[in-house]
Amino acid sequence: MSPAPSSAAAPGQRQRWLSVLAKSPADRLEALWRELGAAPSYTILRRPEIGLVMVQGRISGSGAPFAAGEMTVTRAAVRLESGEIGIGYVGGRHPRQAELVATIDALGQRPEWQDPIECRIVAPLEQEADARRRLRAAKAAATKVDFFTVAREGGV
Amino acid sequence: MYVAVKGGETAIAHSLDLLADRRRGDRDIPEVTLEQIDAQLSLAVDRVMTEGSCYDRALAALAVKQARGDLFEAVFLLRAYRTTLPRFGHSRPIDTSRMVAERRISSTFKDIPGGQVLGPTFDYTHRLLDFSLMADGERPIAPTAPVDAAQELPRVGDILEREGMLEPPPPADSGAPTQDITRDPLAFPASRAVRLQNLARGDEGFLLALGYSTQRGYGNNHPFVGEVRYGSVPVAFVPEELGFAIEIAEIDVTECDMVNQFAGSHEVPPQFTRGYGLAFGHSERKAMSMALVDRALRAEELSEVVTSPAQDEEFVLAHSDSVEASGFVQHLKLPHYVDFQSELVVVRTLREEVEARRAKDASLSALGQAAE
Repeated sequence: MSPAPSSAAAPGQRQRWLSVLAKSPADRLEALWRELGAAPSYTILRRPEIGLVMVQGRISGSGAPFAAGEMTVTRAAVRLESGEIGIGYVGGRHPRQAELVATIDALGQRPEWQDPIECRIVAPLEQEADARRRLRAAKAAATKVDFFTVAREGGV
Repeated sequence: MYVAVKGGETAIAHSLDLLADRRRGDRDIPEVTLEQIDAQLSLAVDRVMTEGSCYDRALAALAVKQARGDLFEAVFLLRAYRTTLPRFGHSRPIDTSRMVAERRISSTFKDIPGGQVLGPTFDYTHRLLDFSLMADGERPIAPTAPVDAAQELPRVGDILEREGMLEPPPPADSGAPTQDITRDPLAFPASRAVRLQNLARGDEGFLLALGYSTQRGYGNNHPFVGEVRYGSVPVAFVPEELGFAIEIAEIDVTECDMVNQFAGSHEVPPQFTRGYGLAFGHSERKAMSMALVDRALRAEELSEVVTSPAQDEEFVLAHSDSVEASGFVQHLKLPHYVDFQSELVVVRTLREEVEARRAKDASLSALGQAAE
């Protein structure tokens, strides 16, 4: 299967929304999708399928890669009636979310849908993810040690 | 040898029923949910994901519940499940320097860029039972502090590496595909990548004991925690249909970069050596033990004398897997009736021979005495 020619969406843009949608909580994505009110008809090219991706680490964090352990992933692919092909890969076992990501990905390749999808789904999800990340970082920041020493040491 | 033994079907069926009944326990007590296990027994979930070698919090929580809290059994369940799934490929290597860190400490330098961030740790608890947890009630929300978004968390190892004080890790990309023991069986001698994969899946207790043994002198390599960090990192994957990388998830990992005994040679001036540990979730003891054992297993590469179990690659890698170890130990419960019967016959025969010889000796010596 080859991707639909997507002159309308630059790879960077598509990469962005596929990543944001994949990492979003399934129920939030579903809610925002429903609010968007798009109901494109599509056929399923690849029924949502659960599989594994081997996560790689690097020796000492920056060296040669090694197989650190697997994670579950769900993928799906759809084709809109208008011909655009969308794919979805999401971490975890989320068949509905994978199909939804694929549908939004396909729709996003139609120029008239790019702005609504960006403004009403992708950007809000990204902001929510940022907020969660910031809260986690802020709680961690409260546990940062403030050393007070008599003589300051050299070194790093 | 095992023989087909018929019978016992009803007993087995009822045993399974009894297991399910005991798993549920007292029906007057609410049943535990997977969400509760994931949220409130999250370190058990982390351990099961790490040793089950499969990142999926919901599945690991299910395994913990099904196994009645027996984490070895839960690891086994998760490993069994993963064999039913197709492999889509492998991720781009995760970049832990991009981690949103919830904890990050170094015991080699006090002042590190980004600071010492303690995070949620048992280290400063007094290990006194907290009886307030027996009571219902609201638990306080942790305080927050302003975050400097521009503050990066460079690896302590990288800083030392730049000064030439620390050996660099094996270079990043040789282009060769990463070896994978879930695809190709373990063979000796094993590469560093294979050893690390084996250790990452290995039983925490086993690695902890081996790591401890190195500290007590069985292959000591004088470790310092260069850095331990825990937090979330994105996982990037290149789907074949797209040909470019997308992020498919953010996962929590714990990393330990251990700085060890220095070594030098005619070519290389003295520099510290390293061991590495990486585990899913917040699994600090595991990551540290892994780093100690990784370093110990490099003995030969670093021209050290191999004298201790933790330095013995075959011993460590062949016994680290709790699923294999538990399976082989527990198989002893299988019917060995014929095996045992044959041994019983052997021992009986031996005893008869011994008794016959004794009787003969006794009668000979009696004859001898009579002849005197």
